[in-house]
Amino acid sequence: MKTWLKIVAVVLLVYVHTAGLLMDVPRLNILNETVRALYFHVPMWFSMVLLYMMSVYYAIRYLRNPLTDFDTYSVTYAHVGTAFGVLGMITGMLWANYTWGSPWHGDPKQNGAAIALLVYLAYFVLRGSLENEEQRARLGAVYNIFAFAAMIPLIFIIPRLTSSMHPGSGGNPGFNAYDLDSRMRLVFYPAVIAWFLIGLWIVNIRVRIKKMEEKSIQ
Amino acid sequence: MNRIIVQLLKKEFILELRRKSVIAGLGLYLFSLIFICYLTFNLKQNSISPATWSALFWLTILFSVVNSVAKSFIGEKKGVFIYLYTIASPQQIILSKILYNTLLCWLISLTGYLLFSIFIFNPVQDQLTFFMVLLLVSIGFSTSLSLISGIAAKANNSNVLMAVLSFPVVISILLMAVRATKNALDGLELSSSSDELLNLVAINCISGALGYILFPYIWRS
Repeated sequence: MKTWLKIVAVVLLVYVHTAGLLMDVPRLNILNETVRALYFHVPMWFSMVLLYMMSVYYAIRYLRNPLTDFDTYSVTYAHVGTAFGVLGMITGMLWANYTWGSPWHGDPKQNGAAIALLVYLAYFVLRGSLENEEQRARLGAVYNIFAFAAMIPLIFIIPRLTSSMHPGSGGNPGFNAYDLDSRMRLVFYPAVIAWFLIGLWIVNIRVRIKKMEEKSIQ
Repeated sequence: MNRIIVQLLKKEFILELRRKSVIAGLGLYLFSLIFICYLTFNLKQNSISPATWSALFWLTILFSVVNSVAKSFIGEKKGVFIYLYTIASPQQIILSKILYNTLLCWLISLTGYLLFSIFIFNPVQDQLTFFMVLLLVSIGFSTSLSLISGIAAKANNSNVLMAVLSFPVVISILLMAVRATKNALDGLELSSSSDELLNLVAINCISGALGYILFPYIWRS
């Protein structure tokens, strides 16, 4: 990973945290100051989906051309994506505690996200229970693609079919409301970029550690 | 190509009829599950709400279907795999398995429905919608579970793995099914649940296509 990308990520994150906490936000009913969760909670999900996409990309590449490197990348992207998903869950629960009154509210979006995380945990269980390395990589790649396809309806389609209390659906203020306020976009989009870059950076470091471990074993 | 699929399907049926104990075991499993529901809820006529009925129904169907589809690859002898490998392409094998499992799932869900109406009660008001849901869910279960059974068969503790791998994947199918079932229970018209049915069709197409594309990679080892 290029050094300037790392610098950009750190600078953007510093900017996001200061501007996200200090800048003016629009006053919306119920949400009030918690609207700032947009800067910290939503980028987690964006980066998670992007990282999972990268994981699927490498899974497909592995199936087309079975090199161990592709598998290492695929599983590391899935690891880091899951970490981001857990963070998104925690930040969402924090926000829900203040806005909805309890951390777990049984909202369709919350449930869908939880199931999506379960799918990826199942992927790690599958990898753990296969001993042959080549087989582990191949079956893991197959399940990875399958899991991603199963995740799409859970996160993007089913919550939109039902009424949900989550901002952005069921007539609650959400993205459409922010359309009026482009100042929030000035913080939100850099936050997404910064967190995704941080994710890439972590993946990069983890892959390097794994490769060194493999070398030291040999 | 079609002839081989028909041959494979025929082989499945002949094998299934030859090992009657397996199919009898599945029937007994279904019956015991429903009987347990009946006894534990201490059901008299109409003493549970339709929502509870649909939850119980789909749980029962889910468990029996997972158990029956799991055995499509788990527990097969190694020699059978090698023999199949030599006579048919992986696409033909997965298609025949999916077709066979669809029929099996549909049979199980119809039997389950019959037993539920005998032992518990039958709150379904719109039969047509309900039968369509049953058929679509059977296709969905068999397309997704056949592939997962193939994956789980390669691992050591395959039965546990089958459950772990399959439940998250079939949840989206089940959610749609429960929603459409609710409409059928309330006696709403077919048009009111067309969204859910179309979604089920879409999910079936996705998982079927994925099974068709991905199965050769599992099969190769």
